[in-house]
Amino acid sequence: MADPRRERVAGEAPPIEVRDLTMTYDSFVVMEGLSFQVRRGEIFVIMGGSGCGKTTLLKHLIGLEKPKQGAILFEGEDFGAADGAARKRMLRRMGVLYQNGALWSGLTLAENVALPLEEFTSLDSESIAEVVSLKLALVGLRGFESFYPAALSGGMRKRAALARALALDPEVLFFDEPSSGLDPVSASRLDDLILQLSESFDTTTVVVSHDLASIYKIADRALFLDIKRKTMTALGSPGDLRDNPPSDEVRQFLTRSSEGVP
Amino acid sequence: MAAVQVEIRQERHTLLAVLAGDWELERATPRFDRLVEESPSEGAKLRSIGFDTTALGEWDSSLLTFLLQGIDYCEAHALEFREEGLPASVTRLLALARAVPEQNLNLEAERISAVARLGRAGLSAYRGALAAITFAGDVVDGFIRLLLRRTRFAWRDFWFVVQSNSSGALPIVTLIAFLVGVIIAFLGAVVLRRFGAGYYVSYLVGYGMLREMGALMTGIIMAGRTGAAFAAELGSMKITEEIDAFRTLGMSPTDHLVLPRMLGLFAMMPLLTIYAAFIGILGGMIVAISLLELSPTQFVAGLLTAVTLSDGLLGLFKGTVFGLLIGYAGCLKGMQTGSDAGAVGRAATSAVVLGITLIIAANAVVDWLAALVEV
Repeated sequence: MADPRRERVAGEAPPIEVRDLTMTYDSFVVMEGLSFQVRRGEIFVIMGGSGCGKTTLLKHLIGLEKPKQGAILFEGEDFGAADGAARKRMLRRMGVLYQNGALWSGLTLAENVALPLEEFTSLDSESIAEVVSLKLALVGLRGFESFYPAALSGGMRKRAALARALALDPEVLFFDEPSSGLDPVSASRLDDLILQLSESFDTTTVVVSHDLASIYKIADRALFLDIKRKTMTALGSPGDLRDNPPSDEVRQFLTRSSEGVP
Repeated sequence: MAAVQVEIRQERHTLLAVLAGDWELERATPRFDRLVEESPSEGAKLRSIGFDTTALGEWDSSLLTFLLQGIDYCEAHALEFREEGLPASVTRLLALARAVPEQNLNLEAERISAVARLGRAGLSAYRGALAAITFAGDVVDGFIRLLLRRTRFAWRDFWFVVQSNSSGALPIVTLIAFLVGVIIAFLGAVVLRRFGAGYYVSYLVGYGMLREMGALMTGIIMAGRTGAAFAAELGSMKITEEIDAFRTLGMSPTDHLVLPRMLGLFAMMPLLTIYAAFIGILGGMIVAISLLELSPTQFVAGLLTAVTLSDGLLGLFKGTVFGLLIGYAGCLKGMQTGSDAGAVGRAATSAVVLGITLIIAANAVVDWLAALVEV
């Protein structure tokens, strides 16, 4: 990274580090032997075929699932083992954009964005309203404050959810399949937004995706989860991985080829 | 449309099936193995099965299933399946159907013994009980945080619950309570008149509505109405990941979703219980006046001599406890909702069942305790 803002003290812990993680559902092993680090400020994509465990990995990273084995470190602290206040403090530094937005349907967009601010800051209601307007404006939804989520299109709902995820200026942003369910134009617009936010706020971004166009456009590095081997088989820039694929599965995925697949 | 025809004849080592007519799914098609077994054998040992389709008309998947049966038959009897007589599109589809080998996914229901099944049921009951206790602990914890003002209270949800469980619930509570009062009075009229004690119907209605039926009927109505609604609301929020969104923001779904619902219902149930008891007594009075020729004054006088404040307080206490239990059952089942389409329905159903079970069990316990302390 040439950007001087991104240069930090050497030896600083990476924002996210996964050490020898095994993920299971009951006794079924989803993935094992996952070890990687997400670098500060980069856009890190977790990719792989449907059902390979991408979303499960994301759920582990955001603390909705506990590791069966191994550890997930957030800024050098064990996130999986953290409880109570420590865990809450870590969660405050993360923002998550769920696949379908997961906006609170009983609240307006403004209230959705305001709730985390009310919970965690001591801002008065006027300042909160200003921050809310700013966040909604950043995602292109200025003027939609009083709308309920049900009245919005899928793309707008995702952008509104992004505004909520940005509410507390998170250091790490997680996206679960940002392009899913969107038309190509809306999906591309969301990609642009991810790129802009990542550059402007210097956030570390983790994206789960199987949308090739989006992966090539936004990813600094990508991690490939191989459903057959039940582990990660590639980590690197998507362009390099396509040109020098470490395995047939990676090549097929990155070139959208079904050749040799039964 | 020409009827499906299959003629089987043996040519040296090959069994030739001549297929004719229109093969369509709506019509019955023959089974391959049965046709072959019924065909006359000519002594020469069979090595292959071939086809002649020159007279074949229209065809669809029914022909393909028939041919796939043929392929299975050939595999089972070590015969060669000769495709050259089949139309090219049929051979392509057959190749496609067999392109991916059947995967052994081990999805067959494993056989488990009765003992193992009992053990599993025990374990799952244990886990369920543990989850229910954990949830109750969460709620108490959240309530303490609320008292210590360590969390913001979702007043809007609270007032919404209060509204839907006060004015929103009045019509149905009025109707049911009135009818229950009428039923008790009828029962009293029939039974007590036999002993010439018709006058005491006011005792029965008063005790019945205040001590038992006011709280119980309100509880059952609210379990079906509000308990199910809590479960369905929280269940659909679970499915749309709205509850996860609270968790990953470091906010407690218990504080924001469960507490306002439980407290709203907890605050309204005692009021509804008193209201139901009075409406029930009114219903009973109307029956007593019209059927037993009691005057309103006599009825009320009877009521006042027998019924004490402690009867009313007992009902009030029950109503309050029921409010807690219904809210608990509804929220617990909502938060435990699975992720498929039927899950919300199951959550609502089990919230009602659990709610009513808890209410009736609690009613028995409270009555027993009341008898012990002679209330």
